[in-house]
Amino acid sequence: MNIESKLGLDVFKIDEEPHIIINQEICRSCEEKFCLYVCPGKLYSINRETGDMDVECSGCLECGTCRIACVHGALDWNYARGGFGVQFRFG
Amino acid sequence: MEEEKVEVVIVGAGLAGLSAAYVLAQEGVDTVVVERGDYPGAKNVTGGRIYMYPVARYFPELWEDAPLERHVTRETLTMMAENCSTSITLDSDRFREEPYHSYTILRSKFDRWFGDKVMEAGAFVLPKSRADDVIMEDGRVAGIRMGDEDEIPADVVIAADGVLSLMAEKAGLRQAQQPKHFAVSVKEVIELPSKTIEDRFSLGPNEGTAQLFFGDLTKGMMGGGFLYTNINSISLGLVVGIESLMERDPKIEVHELIEDFKARPEIRNLIAGGEIVEYSAHVIPEGGVNAMPRLYSDGILVVGEAAGFGLNMLLTVRGMEFAVGSGVMAAETIMKARESKDYSAASLSYYEELVKESFIFKDLHSFRNVLSMLENPRLFNFYPQAVCDIFEKLMWIDENPKAKISSTVIREGISKFLNWSTIRDVAGMLRI
Repeated sequence: MNIESKLGLDVFKIDEEPHIIINQEICRSCEEKFCLYVCPGKLYSINRETGDMDVECSGCLECGTCRIACVHGALDWNYARGGFGVQFRFG
Repeated sequence: MEEEKVEVVIVGAGLAGLSAAYVLAQEGVDTVVVERGDYPGAKNVTGGRIYMYPVARYFPELWEDAPLERHVTRETLTMMAENCSTSITLDSDRFREEPYHSYTILRSKFDRWFGDKVMEAGAFVLPKSRADDVIMEDGRVAGIRMGDEDEIPADVVIAADGVLSLMAEKAGLRQAQQPKHFAVSVKEVIELPSKTIEDRFSLGPNEGTAQLFFGDLTKGMMGGGFLYTNINSISLGLVVGIESLMERDPKIEVHELIEDFKARPEIRNLIAGGEIVEYSAHVIPEGGVNAMPRLYSDGILVVGEAAGFGLNMLLTVRGMEFAVGSGVMAAETIMKARESKDYSAASLSYYEELVKESFIFKDLHSFRNVLSMLENPRLFNFYPQAVCDIFEKLMWIDENPKAKISSTVIREGISKFLNWSTIRDVAGMLRI
């Protein structure tokens, strides 16, 4: 099963306001871009048109791996707002 | 908006926060628990299993009807090489005797129930509410802020907000977190009928199995896998050190690792026909005593994973017992501080004394060298392969005459293990 379908099994309450904000300036100067492959939901990608780093907050498992792995400090990371984001039924 | 002041505000309705709240509520302390999920447990993830002996002493009446899954009667350790694996299973009558040693657990179910018990005891659990900051007054923590307008002033704040603990960070109790001190874990919950689980794992009714894996599944990276049987599901997942993941070349993603792990025949047949019902991820603190934040300051205490209380003991993985224990110790500290209405750092330092005298700090200290040993890639590639090779030679029968068991073991043992690297690894092992 691919990761998109797997995330589709979870309950998400989607907030229009993103809870992770990327500082594109720092991101562009980062060579490693750890966020692209440490995220268990594979939610980071480089936008083909703009070259910016995108994050798909609506599928975020709120684990915080990217926050720890982004050693350059490009992420203004918060949990989803109260009552939003992933709602685990098993946990 | 000015809110009414409470005595204690707890950020996070996980095991640590709810344990603290339960004790405080029973003592009649005015307590509010703030939870960002729709219900307690909505944001909580464990492997998992909880060991009962360390926690049974706290609120014994509560555990009796707790919605736990299966009591673990079989413990298996599997060393995985690329195309083979060796397992050791302990199946002991001692695990079948009450009080049971450990139970498998699903946190969304358990924490939700625990939240109800805390409400019944008299504390207030406020769901769908995210704490955003601490209120600082004259250099001391004086409550929490939620959004731009809401705040809850309090005599004391308990940061029980999990491994990332943004509250401890905002209160200045710790620095930025380093990748080497954390691991990321992914888990699938796979539903299967109860009877199928019991047949496949050779279990009686309500009996469970716990299986830990290390070796090829993490492709040389620090980490391992786990499998726990719940009542009618299997919790299957793996853990990888965040730094190992960042440094690995060529790169590999954790969601790919779990697919490869599930495709192994050892796993594939156990989960066949099962339906995946949830995919989750969680960061685990592995820095032990070296990565602990300050545990208290004026008006604030830090408990559970927020305080870095998690431990990889190689054969066992711990966290929830520390959460319950530290939550209760924080509540006891507040009860003592409340006598003189003194919530200064000096008064709250009693919490650190309690933690240091308890199993929490002692276990973290005893196993402080495990992490450095786990950084050894030979543990994940060379040893599982070597053990499999020897075992396979012993079991293999072909057209040639078979060598004596003793000569096979001696010959293979010398060629594989009598070298400088192994001696150094064994010396390292003796430190844990």
